[in-house]
Amino acid sequence: MTNTWQDIKNANVIVVMGGNAAEAHPCGFKWVVEAKIENGAKLLVIDPRYTRTASVADVYAPIRPGTDIAFLNGLIRYLLEKDAIQHDYVRAYTNASLLVKEGFGFEDGLFSGYREEINGYDRSDWDYELDEQGFAKADDTWQHPRCVMRLLRNHVDRYTPETVSRICGTPQDKYLQICELFAGTAAPDKALTSLFALGWTQHSVGSQNIRAMAMVQLLLGNIGVAGGGMNALRGHSNIQGLTDVGLLSELMPGYLRLPTDAEPTFEDYMKTRQFKPLRPGQTSYWQNYRKFFVSFQKAIYGDAARADNDWSYDWLPKLDVPLYDIIRAFEMMANGQMNGYICQGFNPMQAFPDRGKTRRALGKLKFLVTMDPLDTETSRFWENFGPQNPSDPAAIQTEVFQLPTSCFAEENGSLVNSSRWLQWHWKAADPPGQARSDIWIMTGLCHRLREMYRKEGGAFPDPILNLTWNYTDPANPDPEELAKEMNGRALADLKDSNGAVTAHAGQLLEGFAQLRDDGTTASGCWIFSGCFTEKGNQMARRDATDPREQGLAPNWAWAWPANRRILYNRASADAAGKAWNPEKPIIQWNGSRWVGIDVPDYGPTTKPSDAVGPFIMNAEGVGRLFARDQMADGPFPEHYEPFESPSENVLHPKVRSNPAARVFADDRAAFGTAKEFPYVATTYRLTEHFHFWTKHALINAILQPEEFVEIGEVLARQKGIEQGGWVRVASKRGAIVCKAYVTKRIRPLEVNGKPTHVIGVPLHWGFTGQARKGYGANTLTPSVGDANSQTPEFKAFLVNVEKAHAPKE
Amino acid sequence: MQVGRRGFIKLTSAGLATSAIGVLGFGSSGSALAAAIRPFKLTAAAETRNTCTYCSVSCGILIYSMGDRAKNARSNIIHIEGDPDHPVNRGTLCPKGSALLDVVHAPTRLKSPRYRAPGSGAFKEVSWDFALDRIARLMKEDRDRNFITRNAAGTQVNRWTSTGMLAASASSTETSYLTWKVARSLGMVVFDNQARV
Repeated sequence: MTNTWQDIKNANVIVVMGGNAAEAHPCGFKWVVEAKIENGAKLLVIDPRYTRTASVADVYAPIRPGTDIAFLNGLIRYLLEKDAIQHDYVRAYTNASLLVKEGFGFEDGLFSGYREEINGYDRSDWDYELDEQGFAKADDTWQHPRCVMRLLRNHVDRYTPETVSRICGTPQDKYLQICELFAGTAAPDKALTSLFALGWTQHSVGSQNIRAMAMVQLLLGNIGVAGGGMNALRGHSNIQGLTDVGLLSELMPGYLRLPTDAEPTFEDYMKTRQFKPLRPGQTSYWQNYRKFFVSFQKAIYGDAARADNDWSYDWLPKLDVPLYDIIRAFEMMANGQMNGYICQGFNPMQAFPDRGKTRRALGKLKFLVTMDPLDTETSRFWENFGPQNPSDPAAIQTEVFQLPTSCFAEENGSLVNSSRWLQWHWKAADPPGQARSDIWIMTGLCHRLREMYRKEGGAFPDPILNLTWNYTDPANPDPEELAKEMNGRALADLKDSNGAVTAHAGQLLEGFAQLRDDGTTASGCWIFSGCFTEKGNQMARRDATDPREQGLAPNWAWAWPANRRILYNRASADAAGKAWNPEKPIIQWNGSRWVGIDVPDYGPTTKPSDAVGPFIMNAEGVGRLFARDQMADGPFPEHYEPFESPSENVLHPKVRSNPAARVFADDRAAFGTAKEFPYVATTYRLTEHFHFWTKHALINAILQPEEFVEIGEVLARQKGIEQGGWVRVASKRGAIVCKAYVTKRIRPLEVNGKPTHVIGVPLHWGFTGQARKGYGANTLTPSVGDANSQTPEFKAFLVNVEKAHAPKE
Repeated sequence: MQVGRRGFIKLTSAGLATSAIGVLGFGSSGSALAAAIRPFKLTAAAETRNTCTYCSVSCGILIYSMGDRAKNARSNIIHIEGDPDHPVNRGTLCPKGSALLDVVHAPTRLKSPRYRAPGSGAFKEVSWDFALDRIARLMKEDRDRNFITRNAAGTQVNRWTSTGMLAASASSTETSYLTWKVARSLGMVVFDNQARV
């Protein structure tokens, strides 16, 4: 989230598209209701299903799963056509006027540079045309045919209301009503907030779904302002924290990236991370990359990371492919290329696409380790549970270790919420039996491996033997000590330009501005620097005071970066430094500095007349309507059909689905066609359950005891399916047998002239816990991911449905 | 009027009790009794501030446990409710968060390390030493056999692709940092968390 949960109350229009906050984030959704009641806000909901969020909406529009980009590109077209954009904002704070290289183009569904043999693009032309000094050329009149604004106009021109309706199945009148409400927030003092979740990410065009709305928000001037922003409602209590700390294939803590094979030396690595400003005078904050990187290496390798060994650069693994994501991992596993797998609090048997493949792949491992408070399906994948998990244990040679861990109530530490607050929590009791914390278990494995490498030697032991482990209890490090290590400390006396000591050797740092690239500072996660200072644990702060009751609570816990609550908040004020919305200013220029209720996302004394852009992390200083070469599948979003779709791509029949998506051959062979599987299916969550955990909790198991699918009344009638009757739902990959809930909440859509039925598949059941046994929605879902993130396409695929009998035990 | 947090609990619990018992027909004396009893139950318990383990609204919660935290006393969690001081949830919890107590005490909480041998039809309980010794040995064997020091071009790449890990997005940030250190020092690249899904 760019903004906070409470800040939603400041919105004039709230759009929930790609999510269902009322059911999935109920206690955050109260701020939507607050906005409606106290601020007269309008709630717009665009969803295939009439959800509980939709039930309190001012306007609800149905949409076919996987067609959001058509809807949003059409919306951009509408805003440009009606000139409903915030002109001063777009001119000063976006790249609308920058010129793009001549080689860039788009034709018949493909951007320039497509190479079929790699299923991807050569992106070298997807960038600005530079002048002699290396700055992007600009045309402030927006007349140049290659300025971003003109290119964008051309790109979205095809998305007329008729075309949008034909692709999405959304009735035109609803669509136009929604466009009009969006347009109203182009006024400088009006804000629209976008709330989204997995309904946008879990598509083969997931990242572009989000980009499309971010572009809308830039055009409307809604980024950085109170009641605005792009608000990803994240799913797990610390999924934000694990992203921040870089527990993802390609990441390091603080969004630094692992080196690749193309970067053999540290200087090669740094060469692509210079982040030279692309416009005169811009901040381009990533220019400090070397400071963050060196300080990180000092945190994890201590004295062994030195200037003369390039700060132990070679001790980091290098990547030969963009990602070793979960889809690739299970492909490798299914092909016998993996021997071991450790699942810490993660249940791939229910969570990963194509459950049959997942089960087969796990059976090829030599060993599987699960660390979990609960008895997961993954840890028992080898056991026969009847139709929901057929297996012959004698044939499975995998060694399985099921390690019991503590849960949230039994440990101290911080969790990062959706709006980037690091909130400390405290232990209330010991875990049951012999269960232990993940810290204790990982430490136990680490010490054993170190001991073996010390005694026996083995493959490249240097990083293992030199890993810093300066904890009071080396067998069970204290979370506070780990938090301090992430915050960072001075390794020598740090002096300012006048020679005055700003931090003594050994002291905790105040923030990342103190980091150095000469080895005199260490910080395990630069964006968290400031969370645990000499003043104590900032994450444990509990002062809920809220200046002007604007929803920031700046002294509650601590937010990264630098305790900033609203990202890009410089954009809440105009070029001269005056708030666009005088009723709800965040920071303003007082003649000598930026002042207000939040920490400026900007140089605190940078004068407005210096024309430094508000998007200080970007080399050009402005928001990107044109994404340059940052996206795998194009600098503008384009509508591509889901990999399983009932419709042709009416815009470019030859390029139907995302041409930059990576699809493994066996996964492609497991795609079904509309002929065999005529109905669109989408997966989702119920308000009574959280993934596959709450079926272990008695109350939740009682509230929603068994697996079911939702089927519209028309289709149910056609298929003779009764309310509560048994059905068999099948995709090309597998079938589930469960109860049918016949509903008015999903209605047939008219897509490209044909009636299209959508089936809803909630995903909470499995074969462990207290609820009744179920198969799991991932039995049906395809193994294909977003072209950028490889997040699986759980939200749009094809199935067939037939009346059936209860599964035989 | 300044209402302290304890006072707030008393008022709200009195309110809840009034409506619940009122429906049952106990009238005002019943509600007065309930209002008097419920706070006693919680004042005798230790109160711990924590965060709901489910979604990223990250509601503040108060956990109440019996046991005075003396060295030889084992705490037992008896009640969990929303933290009225929390600026986001302001004391409320959803159908998932309201039932947190049931997941803490789920009968399927694991209590002992268990091991399933190749081809076996059942788990057996094992000691932590057995489990961790064996896992570390399997990891080392696989790493030593399959670690890639240099790629075909001769570049030092130091990666390990034949053992992978998924990290827990409900674990603390501190846990995740320590997990990162351990996994990456081994050269692990098949490494993700729920954010990928």
